[in-house]
Amino acid sequence: MRNVAIIGTGHSKFGARTDVNLQELAWEAVKQALEEANIDQKEIQYFSVGNAGMWSSENLPAIVVGEYCGLTTKGTMRVEAACASGSAALREAYLAVKSGEVDVAMAIGVEQMHQSPNPNVVEMIGRAGSYFWEFENFGLTFPGYYALYATAYMAKYGLKEEDLGKIAIKAHHYGSLNPYAHFQKEISMEEYMKSKPVAWPLKIYDSSPITDGAAAIILASEDFARKVTDSPVWIVSQGVSSGFANLSRKSDFTTIEAAREAADMAYKKAGINREDSWKVFDVAEVHDCFTIAEIIAYEDLGFARRGEGVNLARENQTYIGGRIPVNVDGGLKAKGHPIGATGVSMAVSLARQLLYRAPNKGMQVEVKNGMALAHNVGGTGHYGYVTIFSTRRPSQ
Amino acid sequence: MAMMSIRDNLQKQINDSIKQLDFLVKQTKMPIIQDKSGNPLWVDVRELDLRYQIPVKKVQKFFNGLKDGKILATKCQKCGTVYFPPQDDCPYCKTSGLEWIELPKEGKLITYTKISVKPPSFSHYQDYIVGIAKLSNGVNVTAWVIGNLEKLTVGVDVKLEVKEREPEGYITYYLELE
Repeated sequence: MRNVAIIGTGHSKFGARTDVNLQELAWEAVKQALEEANIDQKEIQYFSVGNAGMWSSENLPAIVVGEYCGLTTKGTMRVEAACASGSAALREAYLAVKSGEVDVAMAIGVEQMHQSPNPNVVEMIGRAGSYFWEFENFGLTFPGYYALYATAYMAKYGLKEEDLGKIAIKAHHYGSLNPYAHFQKEISMEEYMKSKPVAWPLKIYDSSPITDGAAAIILASEDFARKVTDSPVWIVSQGVSSGFANLSRKSDFTTIEAAREAADMAYKKAGINREDSWKVFDVAEVHDCFTIAEIIAYEDLGFARRGEGVNLARENQTYIGGRIPVNVDGGLKAKGHPIGATGVSMAVSLARQLLYRAPNKGMQVEVKNGMALAHNVGGTGHYGYVTIFSTRRPSQ
Repeated sequence: MAMMSIRDNLQKQINDSIKQLDFLVKQTKMPIIQDKSGNPLWVDVRELDLRYQIPVKKVQKFFNGLKDGKILATKCQKCGTVYFPPQDDCPYCKTSGLEWIELPKEGKLITYTKISVKPPSFSHYQDYIVGIAKLSNGVNVTAWVIGNLEKLTVGVDVKLEVKEREPEGYITYYLELE
């Protein structure tokens, strides 16, 4: 198996992108990635498209995107892993290069949620748990699913609403610095506490928005990468796991087993101990679709012990300069969460961080080890993806 | 009757929006509106009304049980695994035709939430509470929490009860606080 390098990254502005359609939105990211890698479409031998869809009109988005972006006659598929669809698309392209099947592949993540009215999007995401036993009869919404985690965590570990507020305030702080973010304004604890309840204990300011956006990554074999760049970012390892559709099948509502397992797999391949993981990474992107998810992620990734993730929030340990900087691009919460684009967007943010190319110096971490981690959860814990990136060439 | 008026209201909203669209097309010869930021948006003139038909033959006994006021789960006679939601196939033993057992009524609430922002198809209900309870046999059940909500807290005793869901009038199950 070969080493796989990132040679180009692209990222659209996230937000209510009613100025472009789905394929035009994808092109913004694809064009940027091609220009960054300084290659043409003809060099791309395979592309995957992360897109959950339903809310947008095109039913076969991979082909439509390929047609618009000049990627015709390349093999492709639309990849779905709920909110981790982008990481799944990245995995598709990564494996295609790693296996030796192709030398250059592109992963595109794109989602245009504003093609449907917001109430319909609330309905469609709510249906994405375990349909019959959670939605049809009981009307769980996506914030509702994560609220079940939050309530359980509160009861077990004494989490307070203000602790969740600290996560939201951090996300908005970094979002305010990120020109690609959906929300670009700071919020105060007072504004957070006053914000409208969505699914108790979660409020509007605990929730990632309904967003349109696209991101793209070009991956290449070591030989090809050496020809086009002297600053590749390597994918060191990836862990992938899956869990239950139905939340009630879980025994513990304060952890996401699929993400924990994916982290263990990625750490094992990279030779990283869970207990020391926070010392290894200069920066991490974690799946904060709701603020509680970020606290659970700290623990599932070993950045904190069980029940102590909340302390990292209380002590501001995940700002730049703290124990480990997390979601310094604003995260899903403020950057936005265009479902299929999120996983690719995480990879773009991290690759740019490792190369000192953050779009604003206020959100640039100090790169000491040249290592970064992405944690992307799909559904209510249905899918777990953990990917490790490095500026150092892996020994394979 | 209440259900009829909900449907009538919904139908009225749909008819109104179609009328608006028809008017727009008549005036401008294009189904294009402007959004908040002034961007032109083509409004689909092809409506898709979805209602799925979900096969329930293999778990029909569950629904028969509800009619008798019982909440049933399945149990694999070979490995003893209890399935709720019920399923008629044990993937571990690769056997089918599992035994049907009645779930105990007693349980403790392990987590809950109150849904304030509701999906449109639930918009005719008051804000509702969804909880997950662990029953005395260790099986978890997700359902609406009803009854004396002043007692609502993690760890409180709840009873699994069969009741009709109004205004639709179909039978389902609830977690009730005493």
